[in-house]
Amino acid sequence: MYQEICSKYAPDKDNLIYILHEIQNSHPQHYISEEAVQTVAEYLGVPANHIYGVLTFYTMYSTKPRGKNIIRLCESPPCYIKGSENILRKLKTLLDTEVGETTKDGCFTLELCACLGVCGNAPVMMINNDVYGDLTEEKVEEIIEKVRRG
Amino acid sequence: MKFFRSHVLVGINETSIMAGVQDFIKALRLELAKHNLQEEINILETGPLGFFGRGICLSVYPENINYQDVKLEDVPELVSEHFLKGRPLKRLMLDDGGKFSPKLNYSDRIVLRNSGIIDPENIDEYIGAGGYEAWEKALTRMQPADIVAEVKKSGLRGRGGAGFPAGVKWNFTAPIDAPQKYVVVNADEGEPGTFKDRLIMEGDPHQLLEGTMICARAVGATQAWIYIRGEYKLCIDRLQKAIDQCREYGILGKNIFGSGFDLDIFIKIGAGAYVCGEETALIESLEGNRGNPRWKPPFPGVEGLWKCPTVVNNVETLANVPFIIQKGADEFMKHGTPECTGTKVYTILGDVAHPGLCEVDMGTTLRTIINDYAGGMKKGFRFKAALVGGAAGVILPDKLLDVKMDFSSLNQYAAVLGSGAILVMNEHQSIVDILWSILRFFRHESCGKCAPCRNGTQQLYRLISKIKKGKGTMEDVDLMLTIAETMQQTSFCALGQSPIMGVRSAIENFKDEFIAITKSK
Repeated sequence: MYQEICSKYAPDKDNLIYILHEIQNSHPQHYISEEAVQTVAEYLGVPANHIYGVLTFYTMYSTKPRGKNIIRLCESPPCYIKGSENILRKLKTLLDTEVGETTKDGCFTLELCACLGVCGNAPVMMINNDVYGDLTEEKVEEIIEKVRRG
Repeated sequence: MKFFRSHVLVGINETSIMAGVQDFIKALRLELAKHNLQEEINILETGPLGFFGRGICLSVYPENINYQDVKLEDVPELVSEHFLKGRPLKRLMLDDGGKFSPKLNYSDRIVLRNSGIIDPENIDEYIGAGGYEAWEKALTRMQPADIVAEVKKSGLRGRGGAGFPAGVKWNFTAPIDAPQKYVVVNADEGEPGTFKDRLIMEGDPHQLLEGTMICARAVGATQAWIYIRGEYKLCIDRLQKAIDQCREYGILGKNIFGSGFDLDIFIKIGAGAYVCGEETALIESLEGNRGNPRWKPPFPGVEGLWKCPTVVNNVETLANVPFIIQKGADEFMKHGTPECTGTKVYTILGDVAHPGLCEVDMGTTLRTIINDYAGGMKKGFRFKAALVGGAAGVILPDKLLDVKMDFSSLNQYAAVLGSGAILVMNEHQSIVDILWSILRFFRHESCGKCAPCRNGTQQLYRLISKIKKGKGTMEDVDLMLTIAETMQQTSFCALGQSPIMGVRSAIENFKDEFIAITKSK
C-alpha cells in the first residue's frame, strides 16, 4: 500500500510532505507507521531518520495510531481568552480521555493545536476537516454526539 | 445580458460554511422560485463581504442592505418581506436598528477592493473589475527594472510582520544572473489572531496571483510557489481554480501575451509549524525538510529554494502590487504616512461590538479602528488592553490608544505592527493570564534548533506558570525580562527574538498586576 502511494510522486525529497500526508490520510488509524517510514526512505533514497525527523517536527503528523475522528482544539491566546480551557475540560469529561489520547472505543483522538485562523469564531476546534466555532459546552456535547453517530 | 431588480451577495467563507451556507442558498433559490422571483432577484456567491458579521451574511444591492446571522428558518420571511414586498427585514440587519453601521470604505481600499463584490471563483469578474491590466502592463509595456523601481518608489513594506521594503528585497534578486529563480508566496499564516491572508485569498485569489506574476516578472523568476497551510481548504480550492483559469486563458504558461516570458504558479501545502512563517524555515519545508531556519547570509534573495535566488513575500504584500503597477506609485502613496505608505488589513477580535476585518490607511490610530470599524467595546465592557500583532506582538494599554498604527510610529514605543491582529481585552481579563497563554504558545512552537530559544521558551513558561499560580516573586518577574532579553540578543531567528515583546510590554504597562499577584502568596 505504501509503495503504491509513493509511486504516485516523483522520487524527490521535496515531495516528502505530500507523501506523508497521503499515507496518513489513507491509513484507517491516521498515523504513519515505522514500516511506512522505511518504505518512504527507500523510495526517496534518504535515511529513515530524516523521514522520522520531518514526521515528528510537524504537528499534523502522528507516529501513534489514532482514532477514527481527530479533534484538534485551538489553545492559542484568542481562543484561550474566550474560554477554550472550559471546552477542553468538557471534551475530556465527555470522551473520558486525556490530550493526545484516544477514546476506548477508538472513535476520537483529542489533540490541542495552535491557531487555526478562524479566530473570529473563537473558541474553535476542527474535527477531521470540519471547523466548529463559537463553541459552548452545550454545543460541544451536540457536536460530539453528531459525529459519533456518523 | 439579463437584468435583475436586486442582487443578493452571499459571503462564502469558513464562518458561513460552518453556519450551513450551502443549504441556505438552496433554500433561498427554492423560496424565490416559489414566488416566481427567480428572474428578478439574482443570487451571487462571493467571498467574505466587506464587513464581518456573524454566521451567514448577505449584502443586497442596489438597496445596499447588509444582513447578518441569517438562518435557514428566516428564508420565507426574508423573501416575502424584502424581495416580494420591498420591506427590508430590520431584525436581521447588520446595523442593529441603525445604532451602528461599520464603515464600508471601499473607495479607500487596495487589497480588499474587490472582496465581497466579485465572485472570487470567476476570472471574468476579476477581469471586469480591471484585473490583469497591471499584469499586461508589466509584461508588455514595462521593463523588469521599471517594475522594481515603481514598487521601490511606492514604499511598499512587507506585511508579514517585519516590514522590510518589498522593492529593496526584489532589487537583491533582480540583477542576479541565474538559470533559475523563484518567487515564494508565504501563505502559512499562523500568528494567533491573524486571518487576514485567509480572507484575502478567499475573497480575491486572482489579485494575489496577479501580484505574484508581476513580482516574478520583475525579478526574472519563471516559477512561483504558494506555500499555504493545510487547514485553509477553501483558499486552496479557490487558488487552484484561479490558477487553472489563468492557464486556460493564457495568463500563465509559455510566452504569455506574446512577450516571450514563461511563468507557472504551483501550490504547496504545509503541515503545521509556526516557525515556517520565517522565510528560510519555509524554504526548508518546501524542500521536504524539518522547518528549521537557515543561517543568513546568504539571504534567500541570493540563495534560497534549491539554492536558487528566491523572493519570499507575504500574501498581503503581493496583493498590493497590482494596484501599484496599474495606478502608479503616486496613487498608492496617497494612502498612509510618508514612512509607511499604503493600507493595512487588520483582524479585530475580542471584546469589541463587531469583531471582524477592516482595511485602513497606515497610521490610523487604534482608537479609530476600534470605534469606527469594530463598533467600539462590547456593551458593558471597558477597554483594558489590546494585544497587537499576535503572539509575537505587544500588549498596549489605554494610554497608547492614540498611537498611530504603522511600522515607524509603533517602533517609538518599542512596539510592533506585526501581522495586523488586534485582540481587545476588557477590564476583567488578567494580563498575567494572557501572557501565560502567549508563552505556552512559544514553548510549543520553538523549533529546537538553537539553545536560547529552545531553553528560553521553556523557562519563560515555567516562570509565568509559577506566577500565575500565585507562587512567584518579583525576582521571577525580573528573571523573565532577563531571559527574554537574552533570547532577543542571541536567538537564531525571529521566533526566539519575539517573546520579549509580550513579556516587556506586559510587565512595563501592567506592573501593578504582577506586584499584586506575587504579593498574594
